[in-house]
Amino acid sequence: MRPNRIPNLPRIRKERLRLTPHPAIELAGIDKSFGAVHANKNINLTVAKGSIHGIIGENGAGKSTLMSILYGFYQADRGEIRIDGKPVTIRDSQTAISSGIGMVHQHFMLVENFTVLENVMLGAEGGQLLAKGVAGARKELKRLETEYGLDVDPDAVIEELPVGKQQRVEILKALYRGAEILILDEPTGVLTPAEADHLFRILKVLRDQGKTILLITHKLREIMAITDEVSVMRRGEMVATRKTAETTVEELAELMVGRRVLLRVEKGEAQPGKVLLSVKNLTVKDSRGVTMVDDVSFDVREGEILGIAGVAGNGQSELLEAIAGIRKPTSGEILIDGQPVAGLDPARLRQIGLAHIPEDRHHMGLVLKFEEYENSVLGYHREPRYGRGALLDLDAIRKDAEEKIAKYDIRPPNPRLKTANFSGGNQQKIVVAREIERDPKMLIIGQPTRGVDIGAIEFIHRRIVEMRDAQKAVLLVSVELDEIRSLSDRIIVMFAGKVVGEKTPDAGEQALGLMMAGIAA
Amino acid sequence: MSTASVPLPNWITYGVLPLLNLLLAFFISGLVVWSIGENPFQALRLLIEGALGRGEAIGFTLFYTTSFIFTGLSVAVAFHAGLFNIGSEGQAYVGGLGAALVALALDHYVPWYVTMPFAVIGAALFGAGWAFIPAWLQAKRGSHVVITTIMFNFIAAALMVYLLVNVFIVPGKMAPETRTFLPGGQLPKLDWLMALFGMKLGPAPFNVSFIIALVMCFLVWLLIWRSKLGYEMRTLGISPSAAVYAGIPYSRTVIIAMLISGGLAGMMALNPVMGASARLQVEFVAGAGFVGIAVSLMGRSHPLGIIFSALLFGILYQGGADLSFEMPNITREMIVVIQGLVILFAGALEYMLRPAMVRIYQQFAGQKSGGK
Ligand SMILES: Nc1ncnc2c1ncn2[C@@H]1O[C@H](COP(=O)(O)OP(=O)(O)OP(=O)(O)O)[C@@H](O)[C@H]1O
Ligand SMILES: [Mg+2]
Repeated sequence: MRPNRIPNLPRIRKERLRLTPHPAIELAGIDKSFGAVHANKNINLTVAKGSIHGIIGENGAGKSTLMSILYGFYQADRGEIRIDGKPVTIRDSQTAISSGIGMVHQHFMLVENFTVLENVMLGAEGGQLLAKGVAGARKELKRLETEYGLDVDPDAVIEELPVGKQQRVEILKALYRGAEILILDEPTGVLTPAEADHLFRILKVLRDQGKTILLITHKLREIMAITDEVSVMRRGEMVATRKTAETTVEELAELMVGRRVLLRVEKGEAQPGKVLLSVKNLTVKDSRGVTMVDDVSFDVREGEILGIAGVAGNGQSELLEAIAGIRKPTSGEILIDGQPVAGLDPARLRQIGLAHIPEDRHHMGLVLKFEEYENSVLGYHREPRYGRGALLDLDAIRKDAEEKIAKYDIRPPNPRLKTANFSGGNQQKIVVAREIERDPKMLIIGQPTRGVDIGAIEFIHRRIVEMRDAQKAVLLVSVELDEIRSLSDRIIVMFAGKVVGEKTPDAGEQALGLMMAGIAA
Repeated sequence: MSTASVPLPNWITYGVLPLLNLLLAFFISGLVVWSIGENPFQALRLLIEGALGRGEAIGFTLFYTTSFIFTGLSVAVAFHAGLFNIGSEGQAYVGGLGAALVALALDHYVPWYVTMPFAVIGAALFGAGWAFIPAWLQAKRGSHVVITTIMFNFIAAALMVYLLVNVFIVPGKMAPETRTFLPGGQLPKLDWLMALFGMKLGPAPFNVSFIIALVMCFLVWLLIWRSKLGYEMRTLGISPSAAVYAGIPYSRTVIIAMLISGGLAGMMALNPVMGASARLQVEFVAGAGFVGIAVSLMGRSHPLGIIFSALLFGILYQGGADLSFEMPNITREMIVVIQGLVILFAGALEYMLRPAMVRIYQQFAGQKSGGK
């Protein structure tokens, strides 16, 4: 309908931009409830044009909800949104786009087997005949790419691109539709450090060209590195806004959580005991027959945390899945307490005492349509304490869920809420609580704190260290080098499916980084 | 898309929305009736009277309802495990064989209430047995259960005709059917239940299998929402990858879910075979298996919803038959069109009105909290 005009939009806006002194976004008195949950309380926010504005806050503070209101996903119960000084009603994402607001979703909304160009054009094809639109779009895409340094091949197929580039396509999509304001909700959660750096360079260029950027992240380092201003949300309220240059990580952490936060993990010496988990010459192929884990061997002892560092996609996921019984290894051995367990199914492994916090909580760790309490027993539902005989003892399960909710401060504290309606970080806590509270002998963990706020990271890290101190064996996979270094007692590095070396946690970031890139051993 | 994740209270999702969909279906049906020159209000009145006007009419309506409850439950159970069982029709057909064998074997010796439990088991076993091969092929070989169950419907039809024509037929008679069961092999009518409400059942075949159907509703509810197996079925149905993670065995869960589904379909046969005609006849299922798909869809795969939607389809069946009798312009085919519209609006298009409803609700709820 509108598409014909779209390629010209950005320029028109730029003219207007110089004439109006108004801030890009003003939110006044925004209020939003979901039933009993008051997700946004009387929010006021002003974002200057041509700036990068960070928004931080604990899990469930209401950040995503606020952005969803701005993007027309939800309607505010009350309050006003002004764009460039003009009040607007944003009914849906269509109106958001025509008001110049673009959003980069955390879970990309791309058609996997379309090319970059096709994805960018989708829904804005420009007329009945495709060919003319394609030519125009290609030109416009070239211009956007050179102007903002977004280097992506327009003819590449999405599914063949790494995540970082897919994200750039999302940004291109928004820009192509004339976005002046770009919302990014936890954009770096899925990126490698190098990809994140590249993203930030792009964001800076965009800002310098006059675009306004709203960035939600849990990583305070990113806030300090790239934003101009930062606003803090706590329990639905906007509690503070600071100029980034005038604040510190410590102050922000305290504003978020309402207390001082330990930004480093405190742990004593490890007291490793006997070998509990032993992996010998393990090889794993994926469904296409590509070798993902290549002849990997290592041991994990009781009372130690073995960290596996590596850039995402170097076989760590497949390794974890093979140990957890989800993926059948092609060859090699996995021993628990000296007993071969390769090929056992996950239920049997849980009985043996192996707990697994999976990397991908949305697809594996949780059934999003279930109520919270149903997920709090996933995988353990056959245990007698959750019901003898064929029936589930729902009272016992709910009571158990409530205890975990209290202990792990899962918000809102409602076991009957649908899991999809918990914020990302709280979903992660549901999984962590389930696996740790089971009191397993051995814990394997993938990305334990992805999307989790600093208060909760502190908490989860402390629980992991406690597990170690209780003489459990812990195997930790994370793409966050900081996390690996601060938690692990020993570190092995994976590259292209192989273990390329072992280091102690005090090894420099530099040395580990080189190994992760496959350069030095 | 933007409104899909907004929660609506249950009374809207399960009350107002289905009702609006139904009204819409009737409205369009009314237009169709009007376009062939009949009075839609008159037609509606005839339909409702035909289905609910007298004790006998109600008896027929509830007879159909009973069949639809069984097949609706059958489809729903498989659906919770992520399986689309299109084969309830054939499973019910073969289930009839199980019921009939029990009735033929016992009716000389024992009263009906002794025969009944064996007949229930027989019907369920034969229905489940017919579902087993598609279930096994899905679980072990990945052959899609939709396709295999459709094929098994055809095989069931051929098999049953063969058996009735060549094996069970009474010597000297032309009709491909078994002998008539003695009272020991019949399920008695529920006259007394109708009498409680001061109504006469007359010749309508409303019988004890209605009570069996209600018991099955409860058992299915227990299975799906209260049992460990049901929990595993739902996990598999919603998220196969989470099921793998949780160690829920795929093959076992798929096969058991299909066996239960087939068993419920098989029990449907009790109603026409032992409750109505007292013999096994060809094509006694008469499409009830397929109606079960619509019933389950419309009842949101919940036993309570299934009871209501089965009743609705019972009304449409019985009232529709009466209507086409009273208004010759409205043929059987026309009734099928109306049923199709109900399925379309109440089942397939269930989300059509939702966005509008969300907007209205939000405005209303927003005002309410704004006024406080
Ligand atoms: N559709 C919904 N229905 C009910 N409650 C919801 C819904 N969406 C969000 N909530 C609740 O609103 C609150 C705010 O959630 P939101 O997703 O905005 O948090 P967030 O700040 O983005 O957290 P995170 O950092 O974990 O992503 C949470 O308590 C959440 O459970
Ligand atoms: Mg969020």
